[in-house]
Amino acid sequence: MCLAIPSKIVNIENNVATIDVDGVKREASLLLVENPKIGDYVIVHAGFAINKINEEDALESLKLLKEAASLIFDNDKQK
Amino acid sequence: MSIKHLHEYRDPELSRKIIEQIKRTSQKKIRLMEVCGTHTTSIFRNGIRSLLPETISLLSGPGCPVCVTAQNEIDAFIELARLDDVIITTFGDLIRVPGADSSLQNEQAKGRDVRVVYSTFDAIDIAKKNPDKKVVFLGVGFETTAPTIAASILAAHNLNLNNYFVISAHKLLPPALITLAENPETKIDGFILPGHVSVIIGVEAYIPFFEQYNVPCVIAGFEPIDILQAILMLTKQIEDNAAKLENSYKRAVTFEGNPKARSTMNAVFETADAAWRGLGNIPLSGLKIKKEYAAFDAQKIFDIKLAESEEPKGCACGEILLGLKIPPQCPLYKNKCTPIQPVGPCMVSSEGTCAAYHRYHDTQ
Repeated sequence: MCLAIPSKIVNIENNVATIDVDGVKREASLLLVENPKIGDYVIVHAGFAINKINEEDALESLKLLKEAASLIFDNDKQK
Repeated sequence: MSIKHLHEYRDPELSRKIIEQIKRTSQKKIRLMEVCGTHTTSIFRNGIRSLLPETISLLSGPGCPVCVTAQNEIDAFIELARLDDVIITTFGDLIRVPGADSSLQNEQAKGRDVRVVYSTFDAIDIAKKNPDKKVVFLGVGFETTAPTIAASILAAHNLNLNNYFVISAHKLLPPALITLAENPETKIDGFILPGHVSVIIGVEAYIPFFEQYNVPCVIAGFEPIDILQAILMLTKQIEDNAAKLENSYKRAVTFEGNPKARSTMNAVFETADAAWRGLGNIPLSGLKIKKEYAAFDAQKIFDIKLAESEEPKGCACGEILLGLKIPPQCPLYKNKCTPIQPVGPCMVSSEGTCAAYHRYHDTQ
């Protein structure tokens, strides 16, 4: 039910976006999101974009996770 | 965010490191529940259960919308499909759920007009193209889906469509958490909260639940790294005896959620009591169509009375949805109940716990 792959908005016409998921194009209504723009990544549920993905947060979370993980393993190596 | 970052959320090396952290952190025997059906599927598909230490049990909760739809609602959908001038429109999973004496798929095979759609706007198009028919959309889903169905009612209203109707069998997630927390048998030490319901309702919607029950809660995304991270965060909270409400899916979920989607939902629907399969009646856990939009309310237009109806004999879906049983403990599992011939909804929906067990469990 919850397809979680972020989709890129490549075109907008009458509040309907053409979205691109790894090369596959389909349509999604933009009625439920504020200020959608071409180039935004959105999560699409049942034919509607339901939010925009925050790339900064995505990268920040990954960075923190990797740092936490390597910290432990670096400590192991020093033992 | 490019697909490249998505791959990073599936990185096996990082997964291995997080699993190692979980193993080092986990001392107590704990029971964590993933409330959302998409989490259940992802946990199985990625083999996460088999990678966790024996101290951690993962239970699947009531977050598969088709699975928690009450038996009498399924029967009402089937009755509607039998009306001559009606076209039923629905998302796919629902059509195979057995009712008392049929399913939507059976009715379709007998010549009734049942159509699977991708979006509610497809149903609106069908209504436009069939002005002499009554098009009914079966409104099943949580807070993620309800705004999309509300948007279709607003669109029908603006288009002056008088042949589009919705039967609202929606369910709301936070009231179900209360039922799970209050049940003395469930003994859940922490909740992996759903990703996309949370996209809509935001972190703030869980605060009243969290403050009342003080149970560890982490909102999670759907990739393996997301789920492992949530399990690690919950394990730490439990080991430290410090329950928190945390969000590990910040790239998609904000504190306030999606106000535009919620205002669309609230324009059309109001909360109402609802009956859940397995969980029973939960106060204010459903949505009904407001009076202003009564012209689109299939329940009123077709005068649908929900009858008393029995759940299939021997089916343990109810206990499975509460985390009290796992599918192999059901006498029907893999015996009378298979994905080809399902008895209960948990075997029908691709997100159902029984279907996930059937597909993945024996291979792990």
